Amino acid sequence: MTDVVQGVQPSVIRVARAPTRIGFSMSRQTVERLMNIVSPLALIALWEICAQTGVIDVRFFPPPSKIFKVMGTMIQNGLLEKHVWASMQRLFWGILWGGVPALVLGVAMGMFRTLRMIVEPVIAATYPIPKSAILPLILLIFGLGEPSKVVMVATGVFFPILINSMAGVLEINKIYFDVGRNFGASGFQAFRTVALPGALPLIMTGVKLGVGLGLVLIAIAEMVGAKSGLGFMIWNAWEILSVETMYVGLITIAVLGLLFTLVLNEIERLIVPWKASR
Amino acid sequence: MTAALATQTAATAADDVKIRIKGLSKVFETRNGPFTALDTINLEIPTGCFFMIVGPSGCGKTTLLRILAGLDEHTSGTLEITAPAQGRPSNSMVFQGDSLFPWMTVWDNAAYGLKIRGLPRATIKETVGHYLSRVGLSQFHDSYPHQLSGGMRQRVSIARAFANDPDILLMDEPFSALDEQNKVLLQEELLRIWEETRKTVMFITHSVDEAVTMGDRIMVMTAHPGRAKIMVDVPFARPRPVLELRAQPAYGELVYNIWGHLRDEVQRARAQDEGRVK
Repeated sequence: MTDVVQGVQPSVIRVARAPTRIGFSMSRQTVERLMNIVSPLALIALWEICAQTGVIDVRFFPPPSKIFKVMGTMIQNGLLEKHVWASMQRLFWGILWGGVPALVLGVAMGMFRTLRMIVEPVIAATYPIPKSAILPLILLIFGLGEPSKVVMVATGVFFPILINSMAGVLEINKIYFDVGRNFGASGFQAFRTVALPGALPLIMTGVKLGVGLGLVLIAIAEMVGAKSGLGFMIWNAWEILSVETMYVGLITIAVLGLLFTLVLNEIERLIVPWKASR
Repeated sequence: MTAALATQTAATAADDVKIRIKGLSKVFETRNGPFTALDTINLEIPTGCFFMIVGPSGCGKTTLLRILAGLDEHTSGTLEITAPAQGRPSNSMVFQGDSLFPWMTVWDNAAYGLKIRGLPRATIKETVGHYLSRVGLSQFHDSYPHQLSGGMRQRVSIARAFANDPDILLMDEPFSALDEQNKVLLQEELLRIWEETRKTVMFITHSVDEAVTMGDRIMVMTAHPGRAKIMVDVPFARPRPVLELRAQPAYGELVYNIWGHLRDEVQRARAQDEGRVK
């Protein structure tokens, strides 16, 4: 009797083990995800402890609890929302004004050798100029108002999208353009059905880089001659020595950067399904 | 069947010629001076002929096909192709290797030519549906090329070319990347679909077996520079069952015969390659 039970048991166990193994691999995934959250939380906790015990200088590194308290107040009185909204609007228009021409020009440069020969040296020469270094010039041309901020973001977004769009088209196998020609595609049809979709994976890389750079540049631009926005908020906090507010600004930018990455990754999955599932 | 075909070929010599090539040459300008890819090719292909070109690699057969497809230009000589009926394309090409757009589904790939021509949606749906079912890929219409096997991808290429309903089908070693079993299946499938419409076909291959299996007439080309070495008529009746055909002694004789013409050229091509390596 016991023999029979023993004989059966291993197979029972094996059957029972299969789901547990799946359960284990899932829990392992969860563990990894938890580690993603736990490690920054642990850092914040360590920071809090060090600040409370006086190990670090609270004038420069105020305890996170204090920062979050200030953040809470700023959310309640709508100040944070106002600054975030101002920055996001500028970022949006900047990405649009810089990104769309960059995409069209970049793809066209990839398609037409002559255009590439003409424009590429100009791009190569202007690309390495630090965008923050042209801020005074932009202020001079566009004044202290909204346009200068938008232009600042646009110049930052322009280059990564242009360069990646061009590289994206150049990387498309020539055979696809031959197919387009053989099936009678016009110049615009070749752009729409071959160059643009084929370059899309790299274009998305360019957009991600551009948006990141845009976030950097909007903060810089708003530090000069702005009355709203996250950059202004941080600069203003320095002037009134409200270190906590400064950190609120930095954290907000970090969170926005993270959100943009998540959203853009999701968009990429939707519009480049043939690459995402590879 | 054979008799009917023979009289048709005889009659076509007079007037029903689809493609007429006279003294056609192609010279590429390279760094080491001019390189003659095609040397005074003379050719008349009757309407409805399944025309095969066999030659050693590097003999310029792909160049000839690309000139016919309008993707390359010849240096001298004349090329006359009977104009297709109003609104229909002159030719569609099945390319060597992977030429399906990775960013389009099977359906959109097969519908490419028709969409470029802006045909009514209902016509596209009917035609594409028909050819996808003929190549047995109806249920894969939503898949992307990377989700298919090499044989399935080449089936979609064939469906794309047939669905475009051209006067002439150009095929550039469409099965060369497939394994032997898939190759035989696809050869049979191609012949079956071709029987429906009997379009003029120009088919390039380096396989003598394939040439004899598929073609009405075979042109054997010389090694570089590419010249027409000999024309061989294939006497087998249609429709042709591929495997049964290969069991016939006449088939073996013809293959052996053509190999006799080809062998010297392959050896010359190899000698040229080795010379180039040195």
